[in-house]
Amino acid sequence: MTFQSEKVIEVTNLVKHYGKTKALEDVSFEVYKGDVLGFLGPNGAGKSTTIRALLSLIKPTSGQIKLFGKDPIKDHQSVFSHIGCIVEKPDFYSYLSAEKNLQIFARLSGVEVKKNRITEIIEFVGLKGREKDKLRGFSNGMKQRLGIAQTLLHDPELIILDEPTTGLDPQGILDIRNLILQLKNEHNKTILLSSHLLSEIELIANRVVIINKGKTLVQGNVSELLNTQELVVSFTLDNVELAKQLLAATSIENEVINVNQNSLSIHVSNDNIPHINKLFCDNGLKVFSIETKRKLEDYFLQLINH
Amino acid sequence: MFWKSTYNELLKISAKPRSYIGLGAITLIICIILFAMRLDGMTYLSFIMQLFDQSLSFQGNILNGHLVAFIILQMLIVHIPLLIALVTGDLISGESAMGTIRLLLTKPISRTSIFFSKYLAGCIYTFIILLWIGFLALFVSKAMFGSGDMLILKSSGLAIIQEQDVMWRFLSAFGIAYLGLVMIATLSIALSSFSENSIGPIVLTMAIIILFTIIGALDVAVLDVVRPFLFTTHMSTWNSFFEDPLPKEQIMTSAGALLLQIAGLLWISIYQFNRKDILS
Repeated sequence: MTFQSEKVIEVTNLVKHYGKTKALEDVSFEVYKGDVLGFLGPNGAGKSTTIRALLSLIKPTSGQIKLFGKDPIKDHQSVFSHIGCIVEKPDFYSYLSAEKNLQIFARLSGVEVKKNRITEIIEFVGLKGREKDKLRGFSNGMKQRLGIAQTLLHDPELIILDEPTTGLDPQGILDIRNLILQLKNEHNKTILLSSHLLSEIELIANRVVIINKGKTLVQGNVSELLNTQELVVSFTLDNVELAKQLLAATSIENEVINVNQNSLSIHVSNDNIPHINKLFCDNGLKVFSIETKRKLEDYFLQLINH
Repeated sequence: MFWKSTYNELLKISAKPRSYIGLGAITLIICIILFAMRLDGMTYLSFIMQLFDQSLSFQGNILNGHLVAFIILQMLIVHIPLLIALVTGDLISGESAMGTIRLLLTKPISRTSIFFSKYLAGCIYTFIILLWIGFLALFVSKAMFGSGDMLILKSSGLAIIQEQDVMWRFLSAFGIAYLGLVMIATLSIALSSFSENSIGPIVLTMAIIILFTIIGALDVAVLDVVRPFLFTTHMSTWNSFFEDPLPKEQIMTSAGALLLQIAGLLWISIYQFNRKDILS
């Protein structure tokens, strides 16, 4: 199926009220074909509500949602045959085997899913050998893998994963991250990924949307968002006092925010880091390490606490 | 897609252990009744017949399969709704409780189709339960006790139905009994569409049946107005097929009332299921 618009998801002024509770007040964002979009927000920000609205699980109070340029409620069948999703946690029929569960959802996928496709997907997510086992004995990680298998059965163009690493151990998180990266790099899927693990999003996503209290705070390219901001840079050096004096005297814009015995942290723009380093070196300071702390997590925290 | 979804629903019902509770309970109860009748059926029968000893003389196989089947149905029909509700009350709310409803509703199939595929699967399950009762009650009874004219003790007296006249009456009685049980299935699925847990709709269905049965049984004039509108009033209409002459008007009224209530409940259920926010 070819879609005229490159916008795979378009959410405009989405509002959802449950009685007097305002779950979403004004959420707007776009996801473009080939994007891996990190959908971020603190607990209760409205991430899951937005995802449920995207998937027509709840009806918005107002606002507009378009998936592949279409209304997902009016064109439910044509739109949803191109979507694979996990909402919150992948729940399956625990009294059925992994294979039977996949067969059940394959029958409803809107396309012909052959038996060898199910075998192939089970192998892809690393569940080969466990496909005949009932889900009662599956760990959270295995259920997450099965959840991803379920999203891929019909080879969808858009994959929506809501907190796919919740409840997983570090190995499980790494496995899911690798699976998503594989989908991004080898299968060129458009992925909307909601997660609390900002470091994961930073590694996977090319764009992010950050929402808080039911409103979109920012959306854009990850590298652009981070580069436009001042960084917190820690210098480890042999003479912290001299470094402080040099920084106070220099015309390079900076702000010392933390001083320790062997290190000092300053607010400085990304472009000025080499100049500061040169200033220290030219004045005989030994710089042992430079660590930029301006990661997505800092940016996120600064944004939602603003 | 609808048929694939219905196949899925049947598969899920067949894989759930609770689906076999009904079949197991029915088999056990009927076997106990058959065994008891085999051992001491004539004593049971003579107790009834002694009322007519002065005026009538009975000859032939009185304790036959037809009579035993009728006794089984009278004893069992009160309990079947619980066995039906146990499965149908879980069809939608069970998905909500498990969380699978989220996956189900994000597939390219409309909510109405999902609802009707669940409903159809529930009706098929109800039919299988009734078929099993029919097989055990009628055919196993006939194999054990033989055939013959059927004696039925009514409040108005004793009715005798000739052997060649029995089978169509049983089949018709099963037909209207099925309609009554479909009404139970519809009610529990309707309640299921409002609920997020499995037990609520099952308990509520039984509570409604008990309440309506009590209202129906209370001999208070003020309740005469509501009695015709209670589905429990019409569920016992299967008995009417063993009356002579056949109360056709009463049967048609009951069938119509049940069909109307089924249609009404279906409309409410679909409306609710389609507009429901999935928050589980």
